[in-house]
Amino acid sequence: MGLFVAQLLTGLANAATLFLVASGLSLIFGVTRIVNFSHGSFYMLGAFVGYSLMQVLPGAIGFWSSVILSGLIVGVIGVIVEVLVLRPVYKAPELFQLVATFGVILVIQDLALMIWGAEDVLGPRAPGLKGIVRFMGEPIPKYDLALIAITPFVLFGLWYLLTKTRVGVLVRAATQDREMVAALGVNQSWLFTGVFFLGAALAGLGGAIQLPKGGADLLMDFNILAAIFVVVVIGGMGSLPGAYIAAVLISVLNVFGVAYIPQSTLVLMFVVMAVVLTIRPYGLLGREEVAGEHGQVGEPEKPIKPASGRARIVVGLLLLGLVCLPLLDSHFVLILATDIIIFCLFAASLHFLLGLGGLVSFGHAAYFGGGAYVAALLVTHANAPMELAFLMAPIGAGFAAVIIGWLCLRLTGVYFAMLTLALAQLLWSLVFQWDEFTGGDDGLVDIWPSAWLSEATTYFFFTVIIGVGGILLLRHVAHSPFGYALRASRDSNRQAEATGIDTKKIQWMAFTFAGAMAGVSGALFVFSKGSVFPNELEIAKSFDGIIVVFLGGVKTLSGGVVGAASLELVKDYLTRFEYWRLALGLLIIFVVIVAPHGIVGSIRRGYERLFSRSTTRVDGESS
Amino acid sequence: MKKLGSFMSVATATAVTLASLLSASGTALAEDSIKIGEINHYKRMAAFAGPYKNGIELGLAEINSAGGVLGKQLEFIYRDDQGKPGEAVKIAEELVSRDGVAMITGTILSNVGLAISSFAAEKKVVYLASEPLADGLVWESGNDYTFRLRASTYMQASMLAEAAAKTDAVKYATIAPNYAYGKDAVAAFKKALTALRPDVEFVTEQWPGVFKIDAGAEVQALERAKPDAIYNVTFGSDLAKFVREGTTRGLFEGRNVYGLLTGEPEYLEPLADEAPEGWTVTGYPWYDFVDGPNKVFVDAYTEMFDESPKIGSLVGYMTAQSIAAALTRAGSTDMESIRTAFIGLEVDTPVGNIVYREQDHQSTMGAFVGTTTVSDGKGKMIDWSYKDGASYLPSDEEVAKLRNPE
Amino acid sequence: MNTQQADSVLKVTGLSKSFGGLQAVSNLNFDVRRGELLALIGPNGAGKSTCFNMLMGQLKATQGDVFLRGEKITGMKPRKIWRKGVGRTFQITGTYQSMTVIENVQMALISHHKKLFSIRPYATRLYRTEAMQLLELVGMSAQAERACAILAYGDLKRLELAIALSHSPSLLLMDEPTAGMAPKERINLMQLTADIVEERDISVLFTEHDMDVVFAHAHRIMVLNRGELIANGTVEEIRSDPMVQEVYLGGGSVFANESSHA
Repeated sequence: MGLFVAQLLTGLANAATLFLVASGLSLIFGVTRIVNFSHGSFYMLGAFVGYSLMQVLPGAIGFWSSVILSGLIVGVIGVIVEVLVLRPVYKAPELFQLVATFGVILVIQDLALMIWGAEDVLGPRAPGLKGIVRFMGEPIPKYDLALIAITPFVLFGLWYLLTKTRVGVLVRAATQDREMVAALGVNQSWLFTGVFFLGAALAGLGGAIQLPKGGADLLMDFNILAAIFVVVVIGGMGSLPGAYIAAVLISVLNVFGVAYIPQSTLVLMFVVMAVVLTIRPYGLLGREEVAGEHGQVGEPEKPIKPASGRARIVVGLLLLGLVCLPLLDSHFVLILATDIIIFCLFAASLHFLLGLGGLVSFGHAAYFGGGAYVAALLVTHANAPMELAFLMAPIGAGFAAVIIGWLCLRLTGVYFAMLTLALAQLLWSLVFQWDEFTGGDDGLVDIWPSAWLSEATTYFFFTVIIGVGGILLLRHVAHSPFGYALRASRDSNRQAEATGIDTKKIQWMAFTFAGAMAGVSGALFVFSKGSVFPNELEIAKSFDGIIVVFLGGVKTLSGGVVGAASLELVKDYLTRFEYWRLALGLLIIFVVIVAPHGIVGSIRRGYERLFSRSTTRVDGESS
Repeated sequence: MKKLGSFMSVATATAVTLASLLSASGTALAEDSIKIGEINHYKRMAAFAGPYKNGIELGLAEINSAGGVLGKQLEFIYRDDQGKPGEAVKIAEELVSRDGVAMITGTILSNVGLAISSFAAEKKVVYLASEPLADGLVWESGNDYTFRLRASTYMQASMLAEAAAKTDAVKYATIAPNYAYGKDAVAAFKKALTALRPDVEFVTEQWPGVFKIDAGAEVQALERAKPDAIYNVTFGSDLAKFVREGTTRGLFEGRNVYGLLTGEPEYLEPLADEAPEGWTVTGYPWYDFVDGPNKVFVDAYTEMFDESPKIGSLVGYMTAQSIAAALTRAGSTDMESIRTAFIGLEVDTPVGNIVYREQDHQSTMGAFVGTTTVSDGKGKMIDWSYKDGASYLPSDEEVAKLRNPE
Repeated sequence: MNTQQADSVLKVTGLSKSFGGLQAVSNLNFDVRRGELLALIGPNGAGKSTCFNMLMGQLKATQGDVFLRGEKITGMKPRKIWRKGVGRTFQITGTYQSMTVIENVQMALISHHKKLFSIRPYATRLYRTEAMQLLELVGMSAQAERACAILAYGDLKRLELAIALSHSPSLLLMDEPTAGMAPKERINLMQLTADIVEERDISVLFTEHDMDVVFAHAHRIMVLNRGELIANGTVEEIRSDPMVQEVYLGGGSVFANESSHA
């Protein structure tokens, strides 16, 4: 009994940080609809800033004022990010802003490294709360009790702010109907800035308040990211009480998981999320999303056309150039080109879902890595020849996509995205955990192609044929009746259903097709590298895909491929320098601000503007 | 207009920053030198890769001021792989085909090491795995082209098991990060300890996610099992949280604790005055050397970089030494000659003479085993001794079986 | 098949719908006869859209049944009902914004010809002639290649009509076909519709706010109030029905009022 209570208290104490950080994320999402990837970075900054302040401010008063000051300072940093980076891109297609926040992550990582150095720092203990109290013989750290006591006050404070003050009423109104607030004459941009301040401050507070339980290190931004997204989704996007309940649920379950199923630590929260979303598709306290609120809002994309003769010639020339690459006699250029084509195919397959289908999958790496693993497992365990293993990769990836797609397509918008993420994470932890079969994180090695393909040049040609072929196939399917039916389902689900289109089935098939194509790129990958590791189906890999699709232009057909090729090339160059993350982050933010419709989208707009201006002038002269 | 203005300022700021960053860090390579490709997670694991790189630089400075190797200067090309195996393989390809490196070395993470090792075998390139600990590198996944310097998981776990076997503790609990290194480390410890003491019993195994430990819960779960002794494999921020919760809740009182790598400065130093006391650990007591080659190395390092060495510094230094020795022995930069030169290569290092074993390409570099304590507000190792790696490796038959099953 | 059924395209019996405690539609009984233009009118909130959504399968009926040429279609999905030859237009248009005008029609034709899962041909090259004919029929052929997103509202309504005609339906359900249009446009569109359905032998059930449109084109009118059918008859009968007068006057609205709701 004593142990049970003690475990419960541990869970409640752990929930404090999780709730603080997640509530900030939930607020920011609820009001601005921005999926803020850089929220973990605010948390990390809170920890580092808090640590530095605690070095100078002595005693209990110093400790607690450091905590509060860290929140305020990080809040100001949040405002800076909002004003400089996000404000210019509010008009961009929805979810585009997440690319900008990704750039912010990279910048903050390098800045933190410059300021605080590479070494982990140990958080100072809270003065006066260092010891324990005994409950039925079980030790309970005093600081845990403090955390348990503080959280409800924060929740209450937020509740008061949001329900009893004018600002709060506006924030809540904006959560429900942004146009209405604008109609009320409220300066929306200052409201957004204010919410960013509050959200970032909560994250910073979370970072500072956990210092006595651990410390600050440079990996904590990414390490908390998945957990806070899970909390926000389980609680219901935008719901603060929901976030609190979810934080407690996850933390308490985790404590018991650790005690009774120690191996469960990796998957537990994702299982909980999958279960909750299956029973309550909008989270515990979330509201159903208004249809069309996510995915494709804003200006609709331009109608697509099969490539014109001129475009075909350009693509043909590019291909010719590609095929001539071996003439350069640079082995490395071939390797780099192989890598880029593989990534382009992965991005193109995601773009098919995201762009044409409006289905934002946050877990697309599951099929890339899945395909790679199917091939690698067949080679390792069944001694399959490379050709057979290669063929099975898309089938295996497609099979995974059939199942995951079926489960996820019952949801829409951000919840759909989060469930794809959770299930991809489950697949990841299966691969990671089941080391007898998959090699765990030591991966599967010695997966090389057959002798006839082992030369870099021949494998390059093989990649060109399969990879470029796959990209062209995806492009062709976009123009086929199936691709049109997919766009129709996205543009107007009601109209599509009312004219005989089984939209769910179309989307399901598209999900499967995209998964299988990602599987092809995974197979190309594993045989070019000779090994595969779980990081190929990790969240980070999925995010890479999303970033390049948006960066290239989600509402253009070639966006995925162009984005992937550009980023891969730039990365290859920049990683040679010491502060490459800072440089890459700034570059991404820069591109996001100058090209809010993605690289292809913005180039096309610029071109059209020039073109239409010249025609209007001609018209004007003739009349 | 206002918008354009802010846009221009952003653009200018970005361009200026980019330009300064890029120009500052670009380095020109000397023409007439032997190049070595060094791949590491310089950003992702900056705290570890930094001292390691310094170690190499110290080694290089000494080697080159003494005339270099084969009449040429020795030079390392450092590349960041972002901690991704696929990226590392790409960089390896580039280093070999474009930069013309004589061989490849590096990595801390075992999975990246394994990926490069597989690449090395396929493309017939020599790879010296300097820091990764995975046993598989030289055994199950071992190959002709891969060599490994640092004492492996198995070796260091065996050293701790040897110490544990001398006590009368019977009930053991383990806590290790939930990934390959943690699992290997627990398996090796269990194997070595049960071989010495068949009567021991493992009462619980805890597996926190790496860098995602829920320390309070783990400590409660360990306490619940009432072990006589605890074997810890957690490190970094996990270790800090585990130690803090464990100390606060009295988990370590009256228990023997064995900590793999816990004594390494990389992990012990950040704990400062909260470092655990009385744990038996493997590590690197650089502060305690009074004379001999160990002391010489520590002094040289401290003088060159104005900071104390880490275990990574030592490994980096020995990496440079090993490669120089292999090149000298090979007499050329021909890949096959370098490979043959590494087999049975003897190198004189700060920790003594080490040999790259013929049977599995593992070097006999050992580890320091000692007891932790806190003095002057810092965690330190006392009563330490250096254990030669050669004594903690399985028999030749066993190794042969591991490398070539059936 | 008896003679009565042959005459009736759509038969509705005892159709009811309640949301929680609120009875939106109660016990509707009516027929749509072959070749007729049947108007369903009533003040706001009378249950017209609820009724339409039940007929087309977007809403589940609490009670009652719908028969299409004798076959029960209650509870069927919209796309199944569409395949049985029922076309529909919506009060708020739902065209595919990212496609051109003609592609919108082609999409419906592709669906009709069951080529949705085909990945070989270019969609834009399929059924172009048929699509163009439909666009000509509604007077939209000149705008065939324009992006749907930049169409004027009236043109969208015409396009929707073309789409609804694409699978040669025997019955058309039109929810407020002229909503949001200028008065002159309304008469034109309704005249166009009347001509087409007569030529093609299509029965039409439509709702409409504009009484001028209703009285000018409907063959028969049903009046819905608070979910109940209160009148059913020819234009003359309805015009002179005191109960209908009462409802409309009581609701603050008169027949002549060209209200501006969209």
